[in-house]
Amino acid sequence: MIGYIIRRVFQSILVIFGVLVITFGLYQLLGPEALARSILQTSKASQAQVNEIIKEYGFNLPFYDQLWKEVVNYAHGDFGRSPTSNQFVLAQIQVALPRSLVLVGSSLVVAIVVALPLGVFQTVRRNKPSDYTLTAMAFTFYALPDFVLGVVLLMLFEDHYHIFTPISQSETPWQIAANWRQITLPVLTLSATSVAAFSRYARSSMMDAITEDYVRTALAKGAGQARMLFRHAFRNAMLPIITLIGLSLPAIAGGAVITEVVFNYPGMGLLAVQGADNNDVQLVVGTTIIATLLTVVGSLLADVLYAVADPRIRYRSV
Amino acid sequence: MPTADIAGRDPSVQGLVSGVSRAVVATPLPETQVDRSPVTLAEPHGPEGGEAGTTGSIFRIIGRVFIENKLAVVGVVILVLVFLFCFAGPFIYHTDQLSIILRPISGPGSCGGGRVNIGPACPLGVDDQGFDVLGRLMVAGQSDLEVGLAAAFVATFIGVVWGAVAGFIGGVVDSVMMRIVDVLLSIPILLLLIVIATMFSPGKDQLILIIGGLAWLTPARLVRGETLSLRTREYVQAVRVMGGRGHRIVLRHIIPNAVGTIVVNATFQVADAILTLAALSFLKLGLHYPQTDWGDMLTDGATYASEGYWWLIVPAGSFIVMTVVAFNFIGDALRDSLEVRLQRR
Repeated sequence: MIGYIIRRVFQSILVIFGVLVITFGLYQLLGPEALARSILQTSKASQAQVNEIIKEYGFNLPFYDQLWKEVVNYAHGDFGRSPTSNQFVLAQIQVALPRSLVLVGSSLVVAIVVALPLGVFQTVRRNKPSDYTLTAMAFTFYALPDFVLGVVLLMLFEDHYHIFTPISQSETPWQIAANWRQITLPVLTLSATSVAAFSRYARSSMMDAITEDYVRTALAKGAGQARMLFRHAFRNAMLPIITLIGLSLPAIAGGAVITEVVFNYPGMGLLAVQGADNNDVQLVVGTTIIATLLTVVGSLLADVLYAVADPRIRYRSV
Repeated sequence: MPTADIAGRDPSVQGLVSGVSRAVVATPLPETQVDRSPVTLAEPHGPEGGEAGTTGSIFRIIGRVFIENKLAVVGVVILVLVFLFCFAGPFIYHTDQLSIILRPISGPGSCGGGRVNIGPACPLGVDDQGFDVLGRLMVAGQSDLEVGLAAAFVATFIGVVWGAVAGFIGGVVDSVMMRIVDVLLSIPILLLLIVIATMFSPGKDQLILIIGGLAWLTPARLVRGETLSLRTREYVQAVRVMGGRGHRIVLRHIIPNAVGTIVVNATFQVADAILTLAALSFLKLGLHYPQTDWGDMLTDGATYASEGYWWLIVPAGSFIVMTVVAFNFIGDALRDSLEVRLQRR
C-alpha cells in the first residue's frame, strides 16, 4: 500500500516536471528577444529596453539554468507579473481558482449523482425500451461537443426564455454556487459528457456484477432484488468508477476551459484564454501549470482512494 | 468525459462510445456481427465457406463492413454529403468569402440588400462581417476536413512508429517510452494547446502538426499492445531465424498485421482532431481570417447569442456534430467487424 502510494506520488512528480519542461521548452523556442518583448508588451520598445529585460530575466542564460530558476520561482509561488493587467499572476489565480473548483466540483457531483442511479436503472430494465432510450440519449450527449451544447443552451434558456441569468463577475464563488439561476447552465454543460460516459460505465459494470457468483449466492440465500442490487452488486460495481473519474479529470479540465469561456464564468480557464488573447505568456503559463498540478493531484487522489477502497488492488501492488 | 476530451481520447472511453452505438445498433439489427451469406455470395471471386470469408485484402473486409452495418452506411452517406457540400458546393454556389463588409446581420433569405458580391439568395443569411453563411459553411468545412484528416494522419504515423518500436524492442526502452506516454496522457491537452497557440499563433499547417503531435498517445498505446502479442508469433520468429532485421520485421510483418487496430483508431482520430480544431477556433486560437472553420463560425455566433441569431449558431454546430458522429459511426463499425474478424483469423 505504502509502496504503491510512493510509486504513484513519484510518477505524479514526474508528470509535473514533464509539464514544466514542455511549457518552458516551448517558451524558450520563442528566443530571448521575443520573450523580452512579450514582457514589455509593446512592439515599439527600444533595443536598449529589450536588452535590459533580457538581462534582468536572464533570457540569454543556458536552458537548464533558466529552467532551474523558474522551478525555484514556481516553488515559491512566484509566477511573475502579468504585463497586461500589471497584477501578480498568483494573485489573479487565487481569485479565479476557487470559482473553477466550485464549477468542476459541482459538475462532478452532479455527474455521479445522476449517472450511477441511471446505470442501475438501466441494468434493472436491461434491453427494454427505457434502456435503449437512455442509451441513445447518452450517445447523443457524448457526441455533443460542450461548446456547441453550451452555446445552444445559452441562446435558448438565458437569452431567449430568460430563465437563467449571466454569471456575476464580482460575487464570491459561494454566492455564484448558491444561485441556481447562475450556476445551472455551466454545470449542466460541463457535466453532460461526464453523465453520458459515467452512466455507460455504470451500466456495463452493473451488468457484469449481477452475473457474479456472489450475487447468485445472495439470491439463493433469499436476498430480495433491492438488497441484491444495492448491497451486493452496486457496491462492487461502483468501485472502478473512482478510477474512471481520475482518468477523466484532464478532459474535464479542458471542458471547464470551454464552459467558462461560453458562459463568461471568471475562473482559471477564462483567465488562461484571456491571457492567450492578449499574448500574455506569463499568465497562460502560470494558469496552465497550476491547472495541470491540480489535475495530476486529483488523479493521484483518485488512485489512492481506489487502493484504499479496494483491498484487491492494495495487496496486488505491495 | 467532456469532449473536452476533446483531444486524446483514452481507450477506456472509446470503449464506452462503441458500447453506446453498438447498443443502438442492437435495436433494429440484433445480429449485425453474424456473417451474412448473401454478401459473400454477391462477390464473384469471394472465397467459399463461412470462416474463409474473413480473408481477403483489408479493403475487401472494409467494404463488407459497410454493407453489413446500417450505422456505418449512414456515416458514409453523411460524410459523402458533407465532402460534396464543402468541396463541390462552392463551384455551384458562388459566394465572396474574402471581402469583409461591416453591415447589419440579416436573417435567412435576406442578403441585407444592395450588395453585388454576395451569394445568390443567402438562404442562411449573412454574418456580422457580411459573409454569406451558407457559402461560409462550405469554406469552413474545407479547413475542418483537411485539418482533421491530416492531423489524424500525423497522430497515427507518430503513434504507430512509437508504439511498434517500444513494443518490439521491449525492456527498458519500452518502459521509458511508455512512461513518457503516461506522463503526456495525464496533462490536460487543451491547456497545453492554449500555451502553444499563444506563443506561436499557428496557421493551418502548424495546427495540423500541433494537433496531430499531441494526439498520438492512444495509437501508440494500442500499437504497442498489438506489437507485444505479434512479436511472439511464429511468422515473426521465422523471419528472425531467416535473418530478417528489426526494421524489416516491424515494417513488413508487425505493422501490416496491426493494421486493423490502426485503421479503427485513425477513424476516431479524425473525429477528435476536428473537435480539437473546433474547440481551439472557438477559443479564437485556431484559424484566423481569411481562413475559417466551423468552430470559428460558432464563436462569432456565440457573440450574438443574446440577439437570437440562430443561423449563426445552429448550422455550424450541426455540421461539427454531424461530421464527428459520422466518423464515430464508421469507426465503431470498423472496430466491431474488422477487429473481431482479424482476431478470428
